[in-house]
Amino acid sequence: MKNHFLRGMSHGIPIALGYLSVSFGFGILAAKSGLSATVAAIISASNLTSAGQAAGLSIITAGGTLIEMALTQFTINLRYSLMAISLSQKLDKSFSAPKRLLTSYGITDEIFAVCSAQQEPLTPSYMFGMILIAFLGWTSGTLLGAEAGHLLPASVSGAMGIVLYGMFLAIIIPPSRKERSVLAVVIVAAAVSIIFKYLITTVSGGFAIIISAAAASAIGAALFPVKETDNEDERTVQNA
Amino acid sequence: MKLALYIIVMAGVTYLIRMIPFTFFNRKIKSQFFRSFLYYIPYAVLSAMTIPAIFYSTGSIMTAAVGTAAAAVLAYFDFPLILVALAAAAAAFLSGLFL
Repeated sequence: MKNHFLRGMSHGIPIALGYLSVSFGFGILAAKSGLSATVAAIISASNLTSAGQAAGLSIITAGGTLIEMALTQFTINLRYSLMAISLSQKLDKSFSAPKRLLTSYGITDEIFAVCSAQQEPLTPSYMFGMILIAFLGWTSGTLLGAEAGHLLPASVSGAMGIVLYGMFLAIIIPPSRKERSVLAVVIVAAAVSIIFKYLITTVSGGFAIIISAAAASAIGAALFPVKETDNEDERTVQNA
Repeated sequence: MKLALYIIVMAGVTYLIRMIPFTFFNRKIKSQFFRSFLYYIPYAVLSAMTIPAIFYSTGSIMTAAVGTAAAAVLAYFDFPLILVALAAAAAAFLSGLFL
């Protein structure tokens, strides 16, 4: 059991290092938005997700409604449901319901990618180890970023504000190059988002993201239906 | 108080999205449209979140544009996420010294 835990931790080290730098950017954004380092760290510790937190932060800053917050998180994080379904198929028998309740907290793009690449069934200890170290990287990076947001010169902290967005580009550009359907969806989503930003300014930021994303994905699903294959979920995630 | 509510809703929804299927779901989604919709959702969400917000992320549209260009080029050539993310910040910082 302990073996599995250590193995999970070692597989989680690259994830944690990546999280450290990305969550540093989130911490800076949070501090810039007027949140304390403690609050920023609590958000990271309780959510463990980059895109959802960035969107949540903008809703908090704009003073949006709780419904808007719930719908935005639902839309942005819906992909975790697919990953969770996929992972649930390859769990070890020792995965009791309480252990599933605990582990589901840690299903992220990167943890899913590493877990689904494993040959053997996933044990609770393995996933606990990986999630623990990823959690430490994500939360401590946020704390450091939020503190450094106050300490670093404006030129540095300003530049760090782009880190999360840079990561998002790294997620959407490679699959857009390989698949025309994804490129079409990405362009439509960006176009609708731009329309909301400059032309339909009465719609708040959170809803603008939901509407843009849902419209683009629906168009994509109607025009370019994805063929049913067994490894489709994995393909989604390798790209994500 | 409002801040605590925001965080509870945020974390609660995010947890339920992961927990419900992981704990209770055992079958595959049949609808091809819905499966396709879910396949495209992450890209659509990230695209809508990034554009045009990325251009306002550094406090200067010029340095943000340089950072965006650097990230786009590296992402196009499949560089790892972290490198792309840090290169965007480095390019924005360096261009800020000159612009």
